[in-house]
Amino acid sequence: MKTKRTAVTRALWRFTSAIGVAAIAAFGVTESHAADDKTSITIGYAVSKSGPNAGGADMTVTPNYELWVNEVNEAGGIKLPDGSQLPIEVVEYDDRSSAEEVVRAVERLATQDEVDFILPPWGTGFNLAVAPLMAKFGYPHLAGAAVTDKAPEFVERWDTSFWFMGGGGDYTSALADILVQARDAGTINNKVAMISVADGFGIDLVNAARPDLEAAGMEIAYDKAFPPQTSDFATILNEAEATGADSFIAFSYPPHTFALTKQAQVANYSPPVFYLGVGAGFPVYSDISSGKMEGVMSLGGIDPNNELNAAYRAKHQEVIGRAPDYWGSVLIYASLQMLQQAIERVGLDRAAVTEELSTGTFETVLGTTKLEDNQLRDIWWTGQWQDGTFVAVAPGDRAGAGSVVLPKPGWQ
Amino acid sequence: MFEHIVNGLVLGGTYALIAMGLTMQYGIARIMNLAFGDTIIVACFGTYLLVSAFALSPLLALLILVPGAFVFSYAVFLALMQPLVARAPNREALEVDSILVTFGLLFVIQGILLVIFGGAYTSYSYLNVGVNVLGTTVSANRLLAFVMALVFGGALMFVLFRTRWGMMLRAVELAPESAPLYGIDVDRVARYAFAVGGALAASGGVVVSMYQTFTATAGVVFTMKALIVVILGGKGSLIGALIAGIVLGIVETLVAAYIDPGLTLAATYAVFLAILLFRPTGLFGSAA
Repeated sequence: MKTKRTAVTRALWRFTSAIGVAAIAAFGVTESHAADDKTSITIGYAVSKSGPNAGGADMTVTPNYELWVNEVNEAGGIKLPDGSQLPIEVVEYDDRSSAEEVVRAVERLATQDEVDFILPPWGTGFNLAVAPLMAKFGYPHLAGAAVTDKAPEFVERWDTSFWFMGGGGDYTSALADILVQARDAGTINNKVAMISVADGFGIDLVNAARPDLEAAGMEIAYDKAFPPQTSDFATILNEAEATGADSFIAFSYPPHTFALTKQAQVANYSPPVFYLGVGAGFPVYSDISSGKMEGVMSLGGIDPNNELNAAYRAKHQEVIGRAPDYWGSVLIYASLQMLQQAIERVGLDRAAVTEELSTGTFETVLGTTKLEDNQLRDIWWTGQWQDGTFVAVAPGDRAGAGSVVLPKPGWQ
Repeated sequence: MFEHIVNGLVLGGTYALIAMGLTMQYGIARIMNLAFGDTIIVACFGTYLLVSAFALSPLLALLILVPGAFVFSYAVFLALMQPLVARAPNREALEVDSILVTFGLLFVIQGILLVIFGGAYTSYSYLNVGVNVLGTTVSANRLLAFVMALVFGGALMFVLFRTRWGMMLRAVELAPESAPLYGIDVDRVARYAFAVGGALAASGGVVVSMYQTFTATAGVVFTMKALIVVILGGKGSLIGALIAGIVLGIVETLVAAYIDPGLTLAATYAVFLAILLFRPTGLFGSAA
């Protein structure tokens, strides 16, 4: 009898707790649906909080979303054209680094949560995966952490899409220019050793680099792809060094970038040009290279004398507790400021916001910003570590550009 | 050629070190621990914390984390695995149940790490200097992993084949049904084997953290690699894990040097397939 009663109580307890969970879920939904007399602007996003993409998303994307929401809400919210001021409410999902998951999450944000605006996920592939949905539901798509040469095509196909990080060819042609100058000045020889990760970013960049380097008359002495799981680069660096190339280029993701740096130091391989992929512009790179990163080159960079950028970096450090990277972070933050200003000018009508983003001029952390054909073009293509800062060196004719210092000094 | 063999040996040392723990857990305790790689990651973060916050040497971290992992794994076995062992009708059922439970454990550990450390890439440098080994420069930290694999492998082998306790472990591995007839407490032996496996995972984690970048969610990569090595070597066989790990390291290095770095993964699985075709129980496995 006694056991029976406990079984019944247990079942009852289970039942009530199930109702409780359901009630909480229902309450949560109604709360975000109370849209008639709006008390907040809902912003949704799905980013990789777990899985292989989490490291990149946690560096470049998520902190900037958090920083921006924090800034806006501290100031009391976004001021709409009708004079009202609404704070931002966030609906956030983890896409678990799965492309199917990010698509499902964005669909859910659009149809179930009915958020006012959707912020993009991290990564080129993921942004392409959600682009058709964003266009279908009419949400402006501020593709921040996505490098693609096809942006002009995509803008035609998905007219609500905006691209903030340029294309692979932009970065590789800037690099090729630097190499040509150094070669013509007699600083480096004509040979290039190039490796790339066999995944989105690496494939795009290396495909863009090959024709650029050939057109520049450089000889590609070593050109190999490696799987993303690779953690040991001893052999690859040996082979690259054996070609006698003065320029080493790696289109790599952060774990590879870090491992390549450590291995190059161990093997005392310090070619005159040492160019790495994603991760070399992370603040943590200074620790990884034991402070010996002088002369290492990569994508991105900042103008150390730009006050707006310095203020942004200080704010990021203060609110998030760590510094932003030297490449994508500031671009993503600028895209959010543009979204905010567009909403302030035209309200919550998504079509009008898209139009404003496309044609308007904005005051952002990058200065006065205007998109060209829905693309941001004021981007630093190449940077180099100089005196503890990752200084932008290309395009060299843009105001604030530093000059490349080659050859790179040794690791010691 | 010779330098590639040295590099391969050193790379294989890492594989062997992490696989030996799993072979203890899977081969002897019969727990297919999918959270194995996450134990390694916990040790990575533990080392990182001790190094960055308390300025301890990673080698001292070994002295703290390895016993810590032993106790932790022992507790995990008591709390989560013991009920499964008690109710499982046979070994196969236990393997399936343990896969499900450790799959859950994997997410718990990952979640806790994400809350504490976030999803960012974590890395520090220690012993990142070149050491000349017979004319080839290898990094000291990877060499340390290789030496530790040999030392731990050797020590455990000695225990297994030269002590009474080791004999009990082997008895449980070979004939868990008959072992109780000789007065061996199979559960107790399994508990210790699981805990020793966890301690080995932690020692691997400490060394790996010195040269590899890790994130809170990178554990599955280690689990997969360790699982391949364990199955190649024969589950439960320490010498198998040691040799299979080193063979994989050398194969990967040679393929990267002479064929294409893009084919290292393919080469790994080709070796895996070839060996399993001819020896389904692995290099040193006994027929199950």
